[in-house]
Amino acid sequence: MKQYQSWGRYPKIDKDKQDIYHVYPDSFSFPDTNESATDAPLFLAYGQGRSYGDVCLNEDGILLDTQHLDHFIEYDKEKGILRCEAGVTFENILQLIIPHNWFLPVTPGTKYVSVGGAIANDVHGKNHHKAGTFGRYILKFELLRSNGDRLICSPTENSELFNATIGGLGLTGLINWVEFSLKKIPGSNIEQETIRFNNLKEFYSLSDESDKDWEYTVAWIDCLATGDELGRGLFIRGNHCESKKKHKFKTSKLSVPFDAPGFLLNKYTVNAFNHLYFKRPIKQFSVVDFDPFFYPLDSIAHWNRLYGKRGFMQYQCLIPTEHRETAMNEMIALIADSGQASFLSVLKEFGDIKSPGLLSFPRKGTTLALDFPNRGQKTLDLLNTLDTITLKYNGSVYPAKDARMSPDAFAQYYPNWKEFESFIDPSFSSNFKRRVRPSKK
Amino acid sequence: MSNILILGATSTIAKHTTRLFAADEHNLFLVARNKDKLTSMKQDMLVRGATSVNIESLDLSDDKNHIELIKRVTETMGTIDTVLVAYGTLGDQKNGEKNYANTLKELQINCLSVISLLTLLANQFEQQGSGTIAVISSPSGDRGRQSNYIYGTAKGALTIFLQGLRNRLSKSKVHVLTIKPGFVDTPMTKDFKKGLLWVSPEIISKGIYNAIKKKREVAYLPFFWRYIMLIIKSIPEKIFKYLSL
Repeated sequence: MKQYQSWGRYPKIDKDKQDIYHVYPDSFSFPDTNESATDAPLFLAYGQGRSYGDVCLNEDGILLDTQHLDHFIEYDKEKGILRCEAGVTFENILQLIIPHNWFLPVTPGTKYVSVGGAIANDVHGKNHHKAGTFGRYILKFELLRSNGDRLICSPTENSELFNATIGGLGLTGLINWVEFSLKKIPGSNIEQETIRFNNLKEFYSLSDESDKDWEYTVAWIDCLATGDELGRGLFIRGNHCESKKKHKFKTSKLSVPFDAPGFLLNKYTVNAFNHLYFKRPIKQFSVVDFDPFFYPLDSIAHWNRLYGKRGFMQYQCLIPTEHRETAMNEMIALIADSGQASFLSVLKEFGDIKSPGLLSFPRKGTTLALDFPNRGQKTLDLLNTLDTITLKYNGSVYPAKDARMSPDAFAQYYPNWKEFESFIDPSFSSNFKRRVRPSKK
Repeated sequence: MSNILILGATSTIAKHTTRLFAADEHNLFLVARNKDKLTSMKQDMLVRGATSVNIESLDLSDDKNHIELIKRVTETMGTIDTVLVAYGTLGDQKNGEKNYANTLKELQINCLSVISLLTLLANQFEQQGSGTIAVISSPSGDRGRQSNYIYGTAKGALTIFLQGLRNRLSKSKVHVLTIKPGFVDTPMTKDFKKGLLWVSPEIISKGIYNAIKKKREVAYLPFFWRYIMLIIKSIPEKIFKYLSL
């Protein structure tokens, strides 16, 4: 049943240390608290718990569970505009809009995220080079502040709060409902091409060449390959296309029923997997359903249990274009050398489309996403070393996936934080916030 | 396209079941206490494809309201093709043990008020010679247990009433469905420790939707509760009375 953890299951919060309030449409009000009191409870919205680190956690505070904010409000089938409550998931939305050939303008690698969470983390997807982040498609939303104000925020109304809330990690208040625009598609299928590349150089030439004609691009890399093969992997690109058959929604049958032993994903098993995955015969061209194309891991419920009960840590960084090859070489060599294997390593070239979000993560450059089983200090040390490389090349790290970056690193990654701070709701906080800004409550 | 009346529409199970009906483009009439919840539910159902949605906020446990309600619904919709009765409370067993007034209240909400509604609806459906009456009862009504026999009494009586109704209405081609959901993770059960047998309200809703479509008589949801209850019912009373169930 529902556990209020993050997807990486690190850090762990004791059940008794987070109170849960359920939020219902229109009838929610904050409990009366004396704001100036030092022990006044601090709030944070909690949707699907699909962020990896601690942006969705609130130890010693109150989580506002938005699962009952799951109503659609208005749907313009002609113009492709949807208004819904913040707890509605991308899965719910796809079920509604796919039959009318609409699609999400931007989607992350799982459909089990809430719209509110997608805004708070300003999510991106395989089409960042063409479409930017999800925040760009938000027309307006209603923000409930702890003083009881219900504010409509849009690019023209309360625009500063609008920009702060997009990518604002839930700290500006509770999003009640959202209105955003959809994307017209010819049908529910994707024509996909998969190409093997032997090193980073080949990745970059493939990526640059694909930017114009391919809506979606992403690469899986074997982070244990070294030498001439450093950065080898599979490049996947796709475009929407028609489908003759009506799309059928299925619920996943596969599930990881319990925690795998912590040693399951080690450098030997990952190396073996990577080798087989890289060398397997691939079908270069294929037409696939959108669901496995965008959400391959959604077909296995609770896949995070594969990392054992200590959980895992993600590391997703961005390196600006001018340093991309040097930095990626350094990072991948470092990981291969560390003996800690990242099971799912993903490489993607972001475009230069700016998000309205003040704290938004994506900008022009290469992003590398890694995940490591939690091996305690060893893992933390590796990620700290990765941070020194990211810092050296003026990059940044994605808060939605982070559970350990230092306050100093954060301050350098997000210089806009100072401006952002004035928009934080005084009664909202999170573990992430207290970690990266320890002086504030 | 048919006309569907949902009583206790804002309960989580009813809400998810109604969504499945909305996608089939039916006409819906939703009744529950909370006006705000009904309003957002109405919008939601229209977006999901319902042809029309009427809402009324009413305390269904008060049987004085019933005759007028059914009249209004019939005037608005013409005929009622399907009714789902989904309201109820879990009550507090201990409160009832201490005070009969609490037990009576529990019986009024979960049993007597439902029987009042079913009496009106049954006569109407019998005359019209068609329709589905679907009522959420409970496996708790299958055998009295110390942990919740007051709730169990209400649901048990309801189950027997539905059995009789099914028997009576078979001649007039009216379908009567008794729904018995097991442990469901909803606001009604938020204080319970959740284990392996618990399922989400969405799963129960699909079960209800299918049971109505397939005209089943008694639906344990998920199906395995039929077997769990079979075992529980088969334990001799001599032994059963010592069990802490």
